[in-house]
Amino acid sequence: MSARRIFTRPARFAAIAPYVWMVLFFLVPFGFVLKISLSQTAIAQPPYEPVFDLAAGWTAIKAAFAALAIDNFKLLVSDELYVFAYVRSLTVAVTATAILLVIGYPIAYGMARLPRRWQAVAMVLVIVPFWTSFLIRIYAWINILQHDGLLNQILLALHLVSQPVVWLSTDSAMYLGIVYSYLPFMILPLYATLAKMEPALEEAAADLGAPPLKVFWLVTFPLSLPGVGAGVLLCFIPIVGEFVIPDLLAGSNSLMIGQTLWLEFFTNKDWPVASAAAIVLLVVLLAPLLLYERLQRRQLEQGR
Amino acid sequence: MRRHARLSRCNIASLALGLAFLYLPILMLVIYSFNASRLVTVWGGWSLRWYRELFNDRAMIEAAWMSLRVAVCSATIATLLGTLAAVALSRGERFRGRTLFSGMLYAPLVMPEVITGLSLLLLFVALNAERGFWTVTIAHTTLTMCFVAVVVQSRLGSLDRSLEEAAMDLGCDPVRAFVAVTLPLIAPAIVAGWMLAFTLSLDDLVIASFTTGPGSATLPIRIYSEVRLGVKPEINAICTLVIALIAVVIVIASLASKLSSSQGESAAPL
Repeated sequence: MSARRIFTRPARFAAIAPYVWMVLFFLVPFGFVLKISLSQTAIAQPPYEPVFDLAAGWTAIKAAFAALAIDNFKLLVSDELYVFAYVRSLTVAVTATAILLVIGYPIAYGMARLPRRWQAVAMVLVIVPFWTSFLIRIYAWINILQHDGLLNQILLALHLVSQPVVWLSTDSAMYLGIVYSYLPFMILPLYATLAKMEPALEEAAADLGAPPLKVFWLVTFPLSLPGVGAGVLLCFIPIVGEFVIPDLLAGSNSLMIGQTLWLEFFTNKDWPVASAAAIVLLVVLLAPLLLYERLQRRQLEQGR
Repeated sequence: MRRHARLSRCNIASLALGLAFLYLPILMLVIYSFNASRLVTVWGGWSLRWYRELFNDRAMIEAAWMSLRVAVCSATIATLLGTLAAVALSRGERFRGRTLFSGMLYAPLVMPEVITGLSLLLLFVALNAERGFWTVTIAHTTLTMCFVAVVVQSRLGSLDRSLEEAAMDLGCDPVRAFVAVTLPLIAPAIVAGWMLAFTLSLDDLVIASFTTGPGSATLPIRIYSEVRLGVKPEINAICTLVIALIAVVIVIASLASKLSSSQGESAAPL
């Protein structure tokens, strides 16, 4: 009993280095994003004019607060481009997450019902694509979806279509890319809860006369809700801010917020607006982020 | 009984379809990297032509070298910091600022990369740091140490603590008990964590684009700018090489995790 207590003190010292690192490189930078988002755009290097300078003292800060440049935020709200981008990001994320859940659940369920030996193999097979570069996997799809790509060749050979279909630069291609890239993130948490579930519960329900669908809906699904929650959040949050997939696979007529942020930053060199867009995105994602953090903490600390 | 059999056939079908969906595109990419034809869609026989062209592409090789150095450096620092963080979280009981600490460690796992990248860049600009190798390395360390922490923490959580306690009852001080007992037990998770950090760093496009400076592009940045222009056989070749490297890393990581028991690994999201 006392041994355990002695161990905790040096363990706490272990927190110092990573703590300092994360405060410095994760927490503090958000302060800068906030600061720049309230600055005026300027044609300079770096391309913004700070509204307040800590060095200028308290009066300067007060003066700055009076004339704080919330123009960037006003722009985000008034300019349809940004409003559409946020709405589109959320729509895409909700739709894609729903598709992922529908596809991922049967796969995770199938994995959890395999014999023990094969479960480990299946898990490795699902994880491996996650290790393979994101960009490469999207590129692989460009190969297949392009005008004279494999998909069109197959469709033409089977006489399902009379001329090549345009797949690239469409929303379907984007959804395909998102589902493809995020599938492991959906499957693994689902599998983790489904594998822990007692099969006897399902068998009991079936023995008592429940048809398979009812067993699933009344027993299996409710018990797997923690996994569903983790999988949904693990997919939804990053998809809202996704850049690479919509950029390479979707058309350029309607952008997601990650793309507008990228465009403002790299093409228009408008750092303040990009920062404001990031702040709004962060605020939108705050609730799901906190929820995810709680789920993750509970899961990792269950073991004791 | 028969219903059971049918159910499992349905399971196997969904599994097989799912895996085919995951693997076929990558397989096609690898096969077409050996295509002799310049047209990416016409099969012109097997050839190593695009690999030869790749080795004459100086910019691509420089980018690859940069990416490798960043990946090794950031994975090493991230493994060190991530392991310390995991130890603090799973053995430190309650300490002040613990909630903030775990929050900072779990948030980057799902945080959109555009936000992380932008915020780090603004920090580096404010600090007047010269952007290049070190800024990308720091940025990648910040992201990947969180993944390492989760992997190691889930391993630590599944360990039998009485082993550490026994070592201390037998007269080890806590640090010695940790080094002699705990560390060997979590070593496989640490190795797996390093490998994961390495591949994540090697893959990252968005954060690197924000935090790198002119003239020091990483491999994904190079690949991305080529991919935007369309499909090219050289890109298939470099992608195949990256996949091969990652395959080696995965084999090593899975050998390492085979040394550890499979218990508790499901707690990690990976």
